[in-house]
Amino acid sequence: MKTIKQVLHYLKRYIPLMLLSLLLAVFIVAFTLYVPILIGRAIDKIVYGNVDFNAIISILCKVIVFVVLTSLFQWIMNVINNKVTYHVVRDIRNEAFEKIQRLPLKYLDSRPQGEIVSRIISDVEQFADGLLMGFTQFFTGVMTILGTLIFMLSIHRGITLLVVLVTPLSLFVANFIAKHTYSMFMEQSKTRGEQTSLIDEMIGNEKVVKAFAHEEEAIERFDEVNERLKACSFKAVFYSSLTNPCTRFVNSLVYAIVALTGSLACIGGSMTVGAITTFLSYANQYTKPFNEISGVITELQNALACASRIFSLIEEPEEAEDKADAYVLEHAEGKIACEHVYFSYVPDKKLIEDFNLQVKPGQRVAIVGPTGCGKTTLINLLMRFYDTDNGAITVDNHIITEMTRHSLRKNYGMVLQETWLKAGTIRENICMGKEDAKEEEMIEAAKASHAHSFIRRLPKGYDTVIGEDGGMLSQGQKQLLCIARIMLALPPMLILDEATSSIDTRTELKIQNAFAKLMQGRTSFIVAHRLSTIQNADIILVMKEGKVIEQGNHETLLKQNGFYSMLYNSQFQN
Amino acid sequence: MKRLLIYLRDYKKECVLAPLFKMLEASFELFVPLVIASMIDVGIAGNNKPLLIRDFFLLILLGLIGLSVAVTAQYFSAKAAIGFATKLRHHLFSHLMGLSYNEIDHIGTSTMITRMTSDVNQAQTGVNMFLRLFLRSPFVVFGAMIMAFTIDVKCAMYFVFAIIGLSIVVFTIMAFSIPMMKDVQKKLDTVLLHTRENLAGVRVLRAFCREEEEIEEFRRCNALLTQRQKKSGSLSGLMNPLTYVLINVAIVLLIYSGAVRVSLGSLTQGEVVALYNYMSQILVELIKLANLIVTLNKAMASANRISEVFGINASITDGTEDFEESNIALEENYIEYRHVGLTYAGSAEESLSDINFKVKKGQTVGVIGGTGCGKTTLINLLPRFYDVTTGEVIIGGKNVKEYKQEVLREKIGVVMQKSVLFKGTIRDNLKWRKEDASEKEIMEAVTIAQATDVVEKKGGLDALVEQNGRNFSGGQKQRLSIARALVGNPEILILDDSSSALDFATDAALRKALKELKGNPTVFIVSQRTSSIQHADIILVLDDGKLVGTGTHEELLSACEVYREIYESQYKKEA
Repeated sequence: MKTIKQVLHYLKRYIPLMLLSLLLAVFIVAFTLYVPILIGRAIDKIVYGNVDFNAIISILCKVIVFVVLTSLFQWIMNVINNKVTYHVVRDIRNEAFEKIQRLPLKYLDSRPQGEIVSRIISDVEQFADGLLMGFTQFFTGVMTILGTLIFMLSIHRGITLLVVLVTPLSLFVANFIAKHTYSMFMEQSKTRGEQTSLIDEMIGNEKVVKAFAHEEEAIERFDEVNERLKACSFKAVFYSSLTNPCTRFVNSLVYAIVALTGSLACIGGSMTVGAITTFLSYANQYTKPFNEISGVITELQNALACASRIFSLIEEPEEAEDKADAYVLEHAEGKIACEHVYFSYVPDKKLIEDFNLQVKPGQRVAIVGPTGCGKTTLINLLMRFYDTDNGAITVDNHIITEMTRHSLRKNYGMVLQETWLKAGTIRENICMGKEDAKEEEMIEAAKASHAHSFIRRLPKGYDTVIGEDGGMLSQGQKQLLCIARIMLALPPMLILDEATSSIDTRTELKIQNAFAKLMQGRTSFIVAHRLSTIQNADIILVMKEGKVIEQGNHETLLKQNGFYSMLYNSQFQN
Repeated sequence: MKRLLIYLRDYKKECVLAPLFKMLEASFELFVPLVIASMIDVGIAGNNKPLLIRDFFLLILLGLIGLSVAVTAQYFSAKAAIGFATKLRHHLFSHLMGLSYNEIDHIGTSTMITRMTSDVNQAQTGVNMFLRLFLRSPFVVFGAMIMAFTIDVKCAMYFVFAIIGLSIVVFTIMAFSIPMMKDVQKKLDTVLLHTRENLAGVRVLRAFCREEEEIEEFRRCNALLTQRQKKSGSLSGLMNPLTYVLINVAIVLLIYSGAVRVSLGSLTQGEVVALYNYMSQILVELIKLANLIVTLNKAMASANRISEVFGINASITDGTEDFEESNIALEENYIEYRHVGLTYAGSAEESLSDINFKVKKGQTVGVIGGTGCGKTTLINLLPRFYDVTTGEVIIGGKNVKEYKQEVLREKIGVVMQKSVLFKGTIRDNLKWRKEDASEKEIMEAVTIAQATDVVEKKGGLDALVEQNGRNFSGGQKQRLSIARALVGNPEILILDDSSSALDFATDAALRKALKELKGNPTVFIVSQRTSSIQHADIILVLDDGKLVGTGTHEELLSACEVYREIYESQYKKEA
């Protein structure tokens, strides 16, 4: 019920159009049903030796008028329905997309990307198709049934009753088949899923498969699933394809009954030949909507399920808005403090507890630790991708939750290990943080990050379009572009998460100079594997399993003889 | 398309019988109007009740025959279509598995997966529909026309006009709307791309405060999509109204001329009704045919895409030689690169040029150099993942091209940069190099790979590995991949930057353990860290696809500038 209410919310703007469409549907149904009657009457005038041409011509003219009107209405209705459907899809997608921009990262991180994508793309589509098209179909279906009933009753009660009694048989048959094939379809989609994931795995990692000469085994495994799929697919496809012939048979049953009883009634004088013709074409039409409606109902249910998935995304609570009087951080000096910070991703799994840190403007903070030690958690908190559970982080003595997110984030320059580039030109990507950058500025930044030379070699230089996630660029080249992005934006504080991990050490050394210049006077947080980068830091945070276990500079930490010194010494052992 | 039809070869019988039975069904349907006509003209007019009852049962009989014939047809067509798809999938999968690295790079993984899944399904539906409807619909249309001719030639002419008119309308609309639908699909793809991209890059986008711009751009793409959808919808929405008008105009003309013919006595009232019924049947079938053509169009497009993949053949052809003892025993110059050059397909520049070096059996070889300098390319030539463009790669005195690929690769254990595990158990994964590896062999490899704690933590060798090993961390996967390469004691072991996800301590322990490997394998270690390779017997220094230094750590430090630079970039500050 809640879902339906939400659906109505999106339809609100289109209600006049939809009403018009429904009105048109009423006319269309009425006219379509009336035409066979007219034709039946015309046929009645065709009696050998007594053909009433004047009557026939006037009836046929009427037929033409009604037919033309019906078609016109039908086309208008199609256009309206399309418009409503596509506009609703558009509106919901826009809203869902905006939602993505405002959802807390907590939500986005905890869900597979594909799932959210499929909600926005396929669920919305299915919802619109199913619900709106389904609704119109349902409506016209019901209208047709009612209309046909009325028209049939007006011609002959007894035969109508017979038709009404026999038709449910077709529904029953369709239902029976659907119910019994359901489990076959489930089996099919399960097996198909199994096969797809095998394909995904083997083809996705084909290089490994080949390196181990494992092709034969892979094919064997594939064939095993493939044979099973063959068996259950055949069942599902064959048994479900019985629906059509079976309902068609019920139809011919109805048809035969109408023909017989109609003819008998004709002999008895309570019906004309034309009326039989009308009745026969009704008998065909009458069962069709029943079959359609039963299909439409499952489609509607499916559409509602899709809708509820979409709405659960759209209704998801957003990130708390910036306070109205939130502080706008202009150009930060770079004094950062963490005071008694507590944070965990899941309530019962404690992570960061009572974390304290004082960073003076311009200091360099290095974060060290084995993979998965929670270095990114700290970045999440600094950038306010996540909010602390307790305690506060301040920048220039302002608590970050009390300033606007945009102003905080604009003051940070971030380069992540997992490079991300937008599908677009190189230029767009570099200028992301400073859209009004001049050509020289951009090239300057690219040179500083040593990206210029490879960009120059690209087919269209800075205007080369790169595909999704960097397309043909190598990991190292992508990282250089991400660095160029920061070199251009020149924010007052830096976060470098393994910023040079994919760049070879020689190039890195060259970039280091540029980085060193960049870091001058800028507070920076650096996550790195290479201890050489870390040694010069003013503060070193050693993290393990999400917790900061040691804190100090290189010398004091070595003296502590703890985890850091162990890490440090291990690189010289051999 | 033709290429795929061979997979229907085993279903010739079904392919003939399915449409045949469908045609039978259609022909029984075509009798119905004649029966009705007889009921009207003979039964009603002659007050002949027994005839009416006979005709009634005749109608039901026709229905029953139609039903059984249709069921038979569905059976054959389902059997053929499913059998076809199963065979196609098998051959396509085998074909894809037979491709070499070059082609895998060229086609791309996601393309291969969609060809295997949705395209094959589409083709299956296409075959099924084709067998069921492609003969039936035209048969009904023309059958109805022919029946009309048998009733009255003059009236039947309206059928000819109606069919021509309807065909023009239906096919013109389709001719225009199919490209439009493709266009819509393309626009949908951009919307999809945008959504995916924003989810993947959410951190960066928020860091740069790009939310509003992204929303703006999405709205633009989305509006474009909607516009195209409406345009294409308005066109295809014309189909039903237009055909409705056409058929009814034909009916009106039919009835009028029918009236004229009846008044002349050359036609009966029942026959007019029969003609009217035939006309209605035509409309229904034509619409079905149009829908079928849309399905077939999609199926054809899928079939063509699949054919394209079949058209791509492995660039590497198998050699014939087995590894003989004498080859393996060869100690001196066990591995040799002679003037090796490689240019990747579609690339203008050489990725490797004129590489020469020799390795003795049992030596450890370090390969070092900057990003994209050709390290991986160099070692990929050894198991013959790619073929050299110039020169020769020699193992055990023979060119690698002479060996059977399987034999060659069984001798070489490779740990790739990207560690992947496969669905199954840890044990299944570790047995990839050697099907019958014993528990002891496996555990030895695990120990050397420093993965004992991983196996223990997960609950032993029979712990389940999820698809793509997603229940393992990067470091865990890396260590297990190393273990996988070690099982079965390979003659040659290649470690391609395989300690990147390991911390220094584990990395050091691993290197130490590798030194004590059984069977004296020849080991190639690719790395960016000098610390990982400095104790190798030979170090190959690559720069921009060229071999700029060969020698030991000490030799290179004094003789090779590039090596010195790399070393200093990593050690300067500590030294």
